[in-house]
Parts: sequence; structure tokens; C-alpha cells
Amino acid sequence: MSMLNGLSYGLLLFMLSAGLTLIFSMMGVLNFAHASFYMIGAYFAYQLSSWSNYWVGFLIAPILVALLGGLFERYMLRKTHKFGHVAELLLTFGLSFVILELVQLVWGRTSVDYAIPTAMQAPLFKLYDSTFQTYRGFMMLVALLMLVSLYLLLKKTRIGLVIQAALTHPDTTEALGHNVPRVFAYVFAGGCGLAALAGVIGGNAFITEPGMAQSVGAIIFVVVVVGGMGSLGGALIASILIGLMQTFAVGLDWSILGGAKSLGVEITSATPGYSLWSLKLSQIAPILPYLLLVLMLIVRPKGIMGTRDE
Amino acid sequence: MRVSIKPLAVGVASALMFAGAASAQNVKIGFIEGLSGPFGGVGQNQLKHFQYAAERFSGKQANSGVTVEIVPLDSKGSPQEALALLKKATDDGIRFVSQGNGSNVAGVLIDAINKHNERNPGKEVVFLNYAAIDPDFTNAKCSPWHFRFDAGVDMKIEGLTNYMKDRKDIKNVYVIGQNYSFGQQVSKFTEAMLKAKRPDVKIVGNELHPLGQVKDFAPYVAKIMAANADAVVTGNWGPDLVLLIRAASAAGYKGSFYTFYAGVIGTPTAIGAGGADRVHQVSYWHPNSAQSEIESVYTGFKAKFNEEFYTVAAVNAVRFLVAGVEKSKSTDAVKVAKAMAGMKMKGASGEDIEMRASDGALQQAMYISQWTKAGGKDVKFDQENTGFGFKTVRYLQPEQSTMATTCKMPKR
Repeated sequence: MSMLNGLSYGLLLFMLSAGLTLIFSMMGVLNFAHASFYMIGAYFAYQLSSWSNYWVGFLIAPILVALLGGLFERYMLRKTHKFGHVAELLLTFGLSFVILELVQLVWGRTSVDYAIPTAMQAPLFKLYDSTFQTYRGFMMLVALLMLVSLYLLLKKTRIGLVIQAALTHPDTTEALGHNVPRVFAYVFAGGCGLAALAGVIGGNAFITEPGMAQSVGAIIFVVVVVGGMGSLGGALIASILIGLMQTFAVGLDWSILGGAKSLGVEITSATPGYSLWSLKLSQIAPILPYLLLVLMLIVRPKGIMGTRDE
Repeated sequence: MRVSIKPLAVGVASALMFAGAASAQNVKIGFIEGLSGPFGGVGQNQLKHFQYAAERFSGKQANSGVTVEIVPLDSKGSPQEALALLKKATDDGIRFVSQGNGSNVAGVLIDAINKHNERNPGKEVVFLNYAAIDPDFTNAKCSPWHFRFDAGVDMKIEGLTNYMKDRKDIKNVYVIGQNYSFGQQVSKFTEAMLKAKRPDVKIVGNELHPLGQVKDFAPYVAKIMAANADAVVTGNWGPDLVLLIRAASAAGYKGSFYTFYAGVIGTPTAIGAGGADRVHQVSYWHPNSAQSEIESVYTGFKAKFNEEFYTVAAVNAVRFLVAGVEKSKSTDAVKVAKAMAGMKMKGASGEDIEMRASDGALQQAMYISQWTKAGGKDVKFDQENTGFGFKTVRYLQPEQSTMATTCKMPKR
């Protein structure tokens, strides 16, 4: 069960970070507003599903957000491109705040009631005593479908070929008569759309509120860095790794205190630093990804599957 | 000629000002709270409670010469920011501050206010704590400048365990909480009091997780289920409680929840039908508790903001402040604090409440309530249009949940 929980959470992280890593590898821009597109995805889906039903939101919200992302790239990001990466970075950074405030203005500062469709609240199957909710299965299915179609798109189609070429040799690709800026816009829009899709299915599984972008923002950067900047495969491995790590760590009540005890060293509340030694692995589970990030940067700065050697 | 007019004019002006001060007094409450960030939604909602309480229980509507004004100061939930804002508030001449979300923030505010008052005689500040319920604040760390309008963790768990002790169906209890002073206190007191009152009950788990960091509670729920817990005691609030309960219903967990903050904004929606008859709350008030004047406050607040009213502590903080100013005929913080200490009035449900002078803890009634289908006389009001509301399953008089204090109150 923990395995499945970890996998489904990891796959959601992958959906989020796939777009980010694509955009980064292509344009060299770390899109700080990426998690904000995730948030708008969830809010759009909430709005659309409250007007009609869940499926309308599911289909239309990512498309709308992709359009917004495309417009943002075309009319803002491209204009700052000539001033270098720092300007682009700051632009996306600023955008994330603008989006946050806009979301708070439109939908308020508290969480909205974006519910899972009743059909999918039922348990999918039972393992021991706990049930696995259909919706979690659906989340995994969507993520896997997205993974496969992204792979096919990039590897088997002509546009994928152009994207790959533009990734590594933008000048040559342009010289061959392809409109590279337009490809960039497509990729940016696509990346935002993927983030929004993650928001659509993550927003109701967890919570749809203005703090949601901030809470995933840090973790997707971890995924991208650990997986290797710009590597889709790496992002997949890193997201699943982080998903599983967090889930399993919660279940483990290991601590230095326990370890010392089995070695015959008794640590009591009188020992200096007792609160540190008695800290259980389950207690620090949510910060493990950041520990991984630090370790990864020290040991292998380019990430698991990174190719950049700078 | 000019020279002779001026003193007269000044004299008249100051006489007018003096007359004005005597008939109408304005007091500002610096509302230092996380109004943005992960718990921003809760903070914003509490701010509305204070603004509404000030509107209803001071000034014209309350037929009082004392008008309370709320000055919102966004601490983003961080103790450092809160300290900076406290400095700003005192510089601006604000002598009453209020905060509640997070005992970690309240703790540093109390320390800072103690120091400030020692160093700046004549510019003292009084802290109206409406929700930070670490019992240390009214025991070991008690302060003459601190007044708490919520019930302490110890009082709440005293009430909760008095109820749980009679629930013979409870055998295995799991305690889960946020890893900061409040969550730690909940876990400590629950374990100790349950052990004393129901030695046969097993504590099958005692878990702390980081505050506001966990997105997916499914692994925690898996652990709770693996431990065979039939009851979960949690001090979680805001998104941390919403996500925990959501994950529990997704995993098909059938045990019951004993919470402190199931009524906080957004949480009732998350509990929904899935939590019926299983989610319990210990609180000093809920919308279906015995009503009095407060019922019109509840309905009025809902009509105005379309949000639920539940922080009666905000109302009490304003009422005590107004009464303190009226009694001491002064807006001086020291005099008001002296007037508020030991003050008695009627509580939200008509019971007698008292701001205990020995530790600054409001002595009030306590309710154990259960999430139940609305309708009938027990559940008149549902929460957040869910069709479900809280039903009193146990009422405790103020003296039934009171706790002795170890506070040695310093002089004001």
C-alpha cells in the first residue's frame, strides 16, 4: 500500500516537473512560476467543474492554462530574452507573485471546495485493511498516459524531432528553416499545460488553496535538480524516488537513539542533544527530499541523468 | 492682541480634546497574524472575526464610549516577522496586540512584550491571546501582560479525556500532531491523562510531523491503520487537518477522530459526509451549543462574510478589553490589565466566565461535540453548507475542566 501511495505521489510530481525540466532544457530558464501554473490549473478545473462537471474541467483547464503559458512566452518572456537569463528568471519570479495575488483576488484566500467526483471516491481495491481509492489509481493512469504520449511525441514525431534538435542546436535548426522561437512557445505552453493537468488531478486529491503553489514549488525544483537539469528520464526517476522515499520514511520509526540502543549505548533524556538523537526518521520524512538535494549537489552536481557539464 | 488670543485658543482646544477623550475612547488592537502563506486562509478568517467583534461589541452598536479598532499586521506566520511587527506596533503607539495561530509565535511575543514593558515604563503593551494554547503560557512562562481567551491544551484534553474515558469502544489510541510546541503538548497531555483515566487503553502510536509541510497524508494514515487504532487524537489545524481527514476517508479508515479544530474554516467542507458521527471536537463553543446573544453574532457574521463564525475568543477579547477600559476609565495598558485581571462576565452560552487573575487564563465552559447530520433540535446550524454540524455530546461547566496553575505571577 505504501508502495502504491508513494508511486502515485511520485507520478504526480513527475507530471509537475516534466514541464519544468522541458522548459529548462530548451530555454535555459528556470521557470519560477511553474508551480503557479499548477495552481491555476487546479482553480480553473474547480471553476469549470462547478459550472458543469469534472470532466469538462479535466479537459479544458489544461488547454486554457497552456494558452496562457503560450501568451506569456510570446509577449513577455520573449521580450526579455535578449536581456539574458537573469531577466527571464526575475520575470517568472515576479509572475509567480502576480498569479498568487490574482488567485487570491478571484477565489479568496481560503481553500475552495474542489471535490473528487463521487464515482471515483469509491475504493478501487482492498489490501489488508486499507483501501486504495479509485481516484489515486486514476491519477497514476493519467500520469502514465502522459508519460507515454510525451515519449512518443518527442521520439517518434516530426515535431518532436525538431524540438530535440532545437534543444541542442538551436542555431542550426533555425538555419534549416524551422521557426525556433515558435517551437519555444509551443514547449512553454505545453509545459504549462502539463503543470495545469497535474493541478487538475492533484488539486482535489489534496487541497486547492492559494498556498498550494508554494508548497509544491520547492519540491519540483528538487526533482529537476536531482533528476538532472533538462532530463525527462531523470525527472521521472527522481520524482518516483522522492515519492517513495517520503512515503516509506513515514513508516519507519528509526532514530539515532534506537540505533545506539541496539549497539548497547544508552541515551536518556539527560544526554546532551537528546532531542536530536531521539528524532525519528518518520518525523523528518518531509524534509528528506531537501537533504537529497544537498547531497546530490555535493556528490553529483549534474543530477542522476543530467548531461550538462558546466 | 494676537499674543492674548493664542493661549485662549490653545486652552479651548485642549479643553475640547479633553472632553472628547472622556466621552469617547479609541483603542487599537494590533492584530499580528499570518495573513498570507500556508495558514493565511485561517488568519484572514480570524481577522474578520476580530473586525466583526469590534463592530458589534464596541462603540456605537454596543452603546459604549469605547471604540475598538483592529489594525491588521501580516506576520506570514513567522516568529521573526511577528517580532518586527510588534516593534512597529509599539512605535505606532498601539498598546494592545492580539495573536493566536501558533504557540511558537505567541511564545516569542510574550518574551518580547515582557522585555519591552520592563524597559519602557509608561509604554506597556498587553497581549490578548485568542488561540495559542500552550499551557506553559499560563504556568511556567506566565506573564502579567498575557491574557488567554481560548482554553489551554491541558483544559481541553482534561475535558476530552473525561469524555473518552466513558467511551468503552475506544481501545487503541493513536496521537498525531504538528511538530511544534502545541502539537508536542497535545501528545504529552493526551498520553498522560489517558493513562491515568483509562489504563486499559493502549497508545498505539505517537507521531509528530512538520508543521504545514506535508502534502500527502496517505502514508500517515497507512501507519495509523497498521497500528489498529480505533481512535485518533490530533491537534492538527488548517490544511494539516483537512489533508489528514481527506487521506483517512480515501483510505477507508473507519475509526473516530478527536480533534481541537474541526470547525475551523475549510475543515468542515473537507470532513463532509464521510466524517459523520466519527469526527469529534473539543472546544469552548460551537454553533449548536446552548445559545444566547451570540446566536445573532453567528448568523450576522455568516450573512456578512458568508463564512462560519467560530472564534468566540475574538468576541471575548474585545468584550474584556472594552470592559477593562470602561472600568479603569483609561486606555493605559497597565490600568486596563489590572482591571481585566479577575474580571467576571457572562459567557457566550450564558455561563459565568472569569479571567483568572492568578495566571491570565479565561475560565470557561467546554463542549465535546460530534459531527452529525443537521436538522432537529440538537443540530440547528450546519457548517459551510455541508448539511452536517456539531452536536453536543458532553457539556462541562467551567469548574469541570479547570486546571490548577503553577504560575507565580510577577507584579504589573
